[in-house]
Amino acid sequence: MELLDILLSATFWAATVRIASPLIFATLGELICERAGVLNLGIEGIMVIGAFSGWMTVYQGGDLWAGVAVAMAAGMLFGLLHAVLTVPFGLSQHVVGLGVTLLATSASSFAYRLALPEVTSPPKIEPFAVIAVPVLSDIPLIGPALFQQTALTYLAFVLIAVVGLVLYRTPLGLAVRAAGENPAAVEAQGLSVTGLRIGAVVVGSGLMAVGGAFLTLSAFSSFFFDMVNGRGWICIALVVFGAWRPGKAALGAVLFAAFDALQIRLQQTPIGAHLPYQVFLMVPYVLSILALILTSRRAEVPAALMVAYNKGER
Amino acid sequence: MRLEPIANPSRLRLIGLPTAALALTVLVASLLALLAGANPFATLGLIIEGAAGSKFAALETLNRATPLIFTGLAVAVAFRAKLWNIGAEAQLYAGAVVTVLLGTGALPLPSVLLLPVIALAAMIAGALVLLGPVLLKTRAGVDEVVTTLLFNFIMLLIVSMLLEGPMKDPMGMGWPKSAALEKAARLPRIAEGLRLHWGFGLALLAAVGVWVLQTRTTLGFEIRAVGQNAQAARFAGVPVNRVLLKTALLSGGLAALAGFSEVAGLKGNLTLDLSPGFGYTGIIVAMLALLNPLGVVISAIFVAGVFVGADSMSRAAGVPTYIADILLATALLSMVLALRLTRARVIWR
Repeated sequence: MELLDILLSATFWAATVRIASPLIFATLGELICERAGVLNLGIEGIMVIGAFSGWMTVYQGGDLWAGVAVAMAAGMLFGLLHAVLTVPFGLSQHVVGLGVTLLATSASSFAYRLALPEVTSPPKIEPFAVIAVPVLSDIPLIGPALFQQTALTYLAFVLIAVVGLVLYRTPLGLAVRAAGENPAAVEAQGLSVTGLRIGAVVVGSGLMAVGGAFLTLSAFSSFFFDMVNGRGWICIALVVFGAWRPGKAALGAVLFAAFDALQIRLQQTPIGAHLPYQVFLMVPYVLSILALILTSRRAEVPAALMVAYNKGER
Repeated sequence: MRLEPIANPSRLRLIGLPTAALALTVLVASLLALLAGANPFATLGLIIEGAAGSKFAALETLNRATPLIFTGLAVAVAFRAKLWNIGAEAQLYAGAVVTVLLGTGALPLPSVLLLPVIALAAMIAGALVLLGPVLLKTRAGVDEVVTTLLFNFIMLLIVSMLLEGPMKDPMGMGWPKSAALEKAARLPRIAEGLRLHWGFGLALLAAVGVWVLQTRTTLGFEIRAVGQNAQAARFAGVPVNRVLLKTALLSGGLAALAGFSEVAGLKGNLTLDLSPGFGYTGIIVAMLALLNPLGVVISAIFVAGVFVGADSMSRAAGVPTYIADILLATALLSMVLALRLTRARVIWR
């Protein structure tokens, strides 16, 4: 009964779309990297640096969009580091990714402590305001969910279509996908696998950082050290769940967010009161593992994912 | 640009490149100190002094190195077989939970029997935690990187649940911590008055054990073969999945010993902040040691020294302690690059 009440409430669906937004940015970012053949385990740290640098820019008096731009630039910078080490030098994508995550996370913590040595309760900024789309936002249930959100959420949903179109309908997208499937063929066409892969990782990392910035600029208004809290790893699971397709992966993010919004609400019901709250907090991680199991054994993995390409080597 | 393998790297390359990586790390440290308004030389000096400047400092570093040797070995063993166990943190906590369960009066045994029983039980618990992700990998083809990572978060929530529920110390004034271990379940100190417990001795023993296993046994050879080329190993008759499974049990067990040693040797009870990321730091330890089990001991002591030294420097010079993590990340990335370049030269074209 209570479940039905929750599912029919507008706030539940609005929360679902809100929780999905940062995941959509980061999942699309990871997807672009992986379609080009590079697993980016830097995602967790890149989301942290995005959350931090975006917040810091606004806290220092910058405009909210300037915050998004700075976050994106910071993400691209760490993406470039990841790309240079893994693509032309062919270093282990696992090791470099974890190293980039540690570097970006600790750089954020270091800079935060340096700027605010004495602060105990994290200062707040004025976040992105909700923009209600006229007429459409008055539709029951769907209106508040889809048309009473912040600009960053609208951007996330537009981006799904943009990434899909670029990947599947443009020569550039074809080349990026080919770099992840059959790099030798790309090289035979006179294109640079190295260039395509570096570009994809840099752009993808920029999107991950915007996903991180969503947390500080559109959701929590403050920066906490552990605020990303595994969202990056969850996004990697979402890419697999979505079979490396932007639409499906985004759908996975929304589905995942719905479960997350649901567990928060179930905690407040009489049934929830009988269970330890940790059980509910576990739901997102358990769901991600279940999603990986359900979608395993599918042959849609980019063929050259995690395979370094060295020109002239067969 | 492309890379061309070098068959016989010169001595200059073999020594010069890793030295350059280390120099880069020191340079980054100096820049960060400048950024924080401190004197770079004084900062570096304070880190070294804080890590090894006195008997107390050196013992503190060895204490901190103990769990890192275990998690470093866990990672080194797994990565050698290209089994990406990023879940040492979860396995560590599994070992810690079992240590508290058995060490708070459940087994009426004398210390000489009780400690080995607890250590073994902890290893089994850690091995079981890694068994799930590895079975998913070998049976269903699920990538273990993400599953082991996600399991770290699940495990911490389980521990939090236990500490606020069945394992909560009734005398804990409401704090989420476990009851204290009984005297017989505590690892004794190596010498009277010396602030270093036998967990360190056990860690050295484990390192030698893993080294013997890797260099002197068939399993060690098989692990290496699977890591180098699983397809070829399978063709040569190596039971790849079974080797991966054995590797996982060993790796999970080693990581769990870190939890056992921290609880039984140092803390005496279990709290949610038992490990400040020892599981993750184990990856850096193992990579800096080139996955060599004896090298793990040295790199764990180095890494522990950076942390202990940075803590003490931060109190004196006011540079945030996070400088330690930045340094280790820089050391990791520059060292893997340097080692790659000892074996290949860059051709710009």
